[in-house]
Amino acid sequence: MRVKFLMMAGVAILAGFALHAGCGGGGEQRGRAGVRSDVQEAALKSYVAPGDLDEYYVFKSGGHSGQVYIYGIPSMRHIATIPVFTPYPATGYGFDKESKEMLGGFTWGDAHHPAISETNGDYDGRWLFISDNANNRMARVDLRDFKTKQILGPLPNVSGNHCSSFVTENTEYVLAGSRFSIPLPKGTYESAEDYATKFKGVVAGIAVDKNTGEMALGWEVLMPPFNYDLGDAGKGPSADWGFWTCYNSERATGLTDKFEVSSAQKDRDYVIAVNWKNAEKAIADGKFKTLAGVKVIDPKDAEGVVYLLPAAKSPHGVDVSPDGNYIIASGKLQSITTAFNFEKMLTAIQNRDFTGQEDGIPVLNYDAVKDAEVNVGLGPLHTQFDDKGFAYTSLFVESAVAKWRLGTWEVVDKIPISYNIGHLTAAEGDTKSPDGKYLIALNKLSHGRHLSVGPSQPEASQLIDISGEKMSLLYDAFTEPEPHYAQIIKADKLNPIEVYPKEENKNPHAIWDVKDARVERNGKNVEVYMIAVRSSMTPWQIEVNKGDKVTVYLTNIEQTTDELHGFGLNEYNINVVVDPGETKTIEFVADKTGVYPFYCTNFCSALHQEMQGYLLVKG
Amino acid sequence: MQKYIDKLNQFLETPIDLRSRVLILVAVVLLLPTYFFPLWRMTLYSNQFPEGLVLKIYSFKLEGGKSAYRDDLREINTLNHYIGMRELHEDDFTEFKWIPFVVGGVMLLALRVAVLGKMSALVDLVVLFCYFGLFSLWSFYHKLYLYGHELDPTAAVKVAPFTPPIIGHHTLANFEVYSLPDVGTYFMICLPVLLVAAMWLSRQSWRKVQAVG
Repeated sequence: MRVKFLMMAGVAILAGFALHAGCGGGGEQRGRAGVRSDVQEAALKSYVAPGDLDEYYVFKSGGHSGQVYIYGIPSMRHIATIPVFTPYPATGYGFDKESKEMLGGFTWGDAHHPAISETNGDYDGRWLFISDNANNRMARVDLRDFKTKQILGPLPNVSGNHCSSFVTENTEYVLAGSRFSIPLPKGTYESAEDYATKFKGVVAGIAVDKNTGEMALGWEVLMPPFNYDLGDAGKGPSADWGFWTCYNSERATGLTDKFEVSSAQKDRDYVIAVNWKNAEKAIADGKFKTLAGVKVIDPKDAEGVVYLLPAAKSPHGVDVSPDGNYIIASGKLQSITTAFNFEKMLTAIQNRDFTGQEDGIPVLNYDAVKDAEVNVGLGPLHTQFDDKGFAYTSLFVESAVAKWRLGTWEVVDKIPISYNIGHLTAAEGDTKSPDGKYLIALNKLSHGRHLSVGPSQPEASQLIDISGEKMSLLYDAFTEPEPHYAQIIKADKLNPIEVYPKEENKNPHAIWDVKDARVERNGKNVEVYMIAVRSSMTPWQIEVNKGDKVTVYLTNIEQTTDELHGFGLNEYNINVVVDPGETKTIEFVADKTGVYPFYCTNFCSALHQEMQGYLLVKG
Repeated sequence: MQKYIDKLNQFLETPIDLRSRVLILVAVVLLLPTYFFPLWRMTLYSNQFPEGLVLKIYSFKLEGGKSAYRDDLREINTLNHYIGMRELHEDDFTEFKWIPFVVGGVMLLALRVAVLGKMSALVDLVVLFCYFGLFSLWSFYHKLYLYGHELDPTAAVKVAPFTPPIIGHHTLANFEVYSLPDVGTYFMICLPVLLVAAMWLSRQSWRKVQAVG
């Protein structure tokens, strides 16, 4: 009896321990485990056999790396990097005269949002635009040869070009704007105490030449000192409009409290709607001021150009639905994404249904313009679309993607991601005719999902199958810092060249015959006409005097795919790579005496090691 | 009625026999681990933290789970600042100042009972200990209530005031929060269980007292 009691007490205590151990201090671990068949399914769907090609290109912005990364879908293989804002020895970018001039002395950029050019609201595969948040520039990459062809900027009056680059339906404009309001014009000093009145933002349209893609500043609209965050251009019925989100409509500073607190006090900020046709008209009618040499519209002087739609607290992404009828804005500090109805917006404007104004800009009546507040989940940021009427919203706080239906506004599925998703991109998911099929979650954190590489972690991209009713995870890939947005384009929309045809090379210094290779001296200027072709660089030697300015015109006369040549010059910090049929200019001052070898840096052939020569500098 | 009072008096006057005293000594020894193991554990799971953020509450300190790359207490405090929750600091918990001493006092009192061998002293100890246990739980609950209700009104993310669970599960924003007693508490529970067992073991002595009575 006694023994029995003691045993019972003992068992009770042991049971306590067991309960504790069994609970592991909490609930089930979630995440990795899937059943075998799902894994096999995912493997098959994302496997591209050796020698086979991917179905889609993905262009990912490289964030503060300043570049653009190209991946293939569904394999998620990194195929190439396009240098845009940052020198890149791998392709010699930023070392030759032409690209150096384009970089304008900056050695980095913050490449944020890529935008493929569009015709009738669909990708036409001609150009890729990408914004620079750091130095207020806009770049254009030509998708015929995947090279950066133009960098416009720093754009006057634009400060922190984050809410960019989004193209209008026929690439009339690429949108731009200020994430950080400042006193204007640039160079003006004002005390931060006067932030609310003396600081200004702008939203802008960069005009694109229909034939050449050449960019030039079109129009700017002077805006209150908010932080203009993301944007999108209208489509179809809303094609004449550009939309931006903003945070800090409080006009707060970090002087009184932490900025993260002071700028997040109001329950609503705004979506800014700009009618760019009316902006053009205002400029044509002379309703503008010239500020830093740019035509800037002050909304007070030009009615009908800009309106404000109240949107849930500190909205981040704004995305226009494929049919152009809905403007979806996500309040990153709430759990809703708001669907504004474009028709209702027009009606409210017509009826002058305003609830206030900000620096002369009418604020539309929220209840009159919104169709729905969709309970997507915590920390919604961005939305993409598929071909079946569904929208996909990234949830940063929740680390998930929510799938919901346009029109009925019901959330039908959710998939957890690893971890903290920022942007997401669906196959052609921001065009008039999305493909569905694939979605990539562009995640900010990746810890534990890859072999550890120390404290500096890569970003994670996860490929998700959206062809079925339920989303399913197919593949994890990793990227150098830091893709913000990406766009996915069907591979057959691009038709890249693989060599520069000789007849297209218009460089006046190009030579095509080894006989023409030479060194020309003109006082202290030495010009070298050089040819690179398997497996020699001609001339083999360049004799100069110390202090001479040396210009090398280097032409790769190959007309064969993959036959690139490089020009690396020992201890002169120069590496240029020329593609087949391309001419580049290398400029330097021979300021060190001695003999310096130059050689081909880009492996080319069996006698690649022999492809070398000498720079001889006399004292 | 008088009969019952007499019975009770008799019971309280019952001497405790040797086995019971040994059992009380065992209970004292089993209180020692409460100085080394956490009494309570909260674990916060989310997609980003599949392994969970762990908060361990000892009788004398607050400690987050630590791994080579993370201190969970710091992480929890960083996350809490978004909803305007006060930082969890050891200094805010007066409990850490007195609980270890109370446990020490209980051990001394238990030794006293083992030496004096009086049932009345044993009853005193059980009652005192239960009061201490319940008071500690209430005090812990009250702290949690205050943390969840005194949210900074200027916080960037507004959440409705809440009380984190003292035991069980609760969903807060993107976190699944589990709160459960930990090893230390199980050792602590041994004390009243063993003390009651000690009473039970001395029932022969009580019978003798009753027979004499």
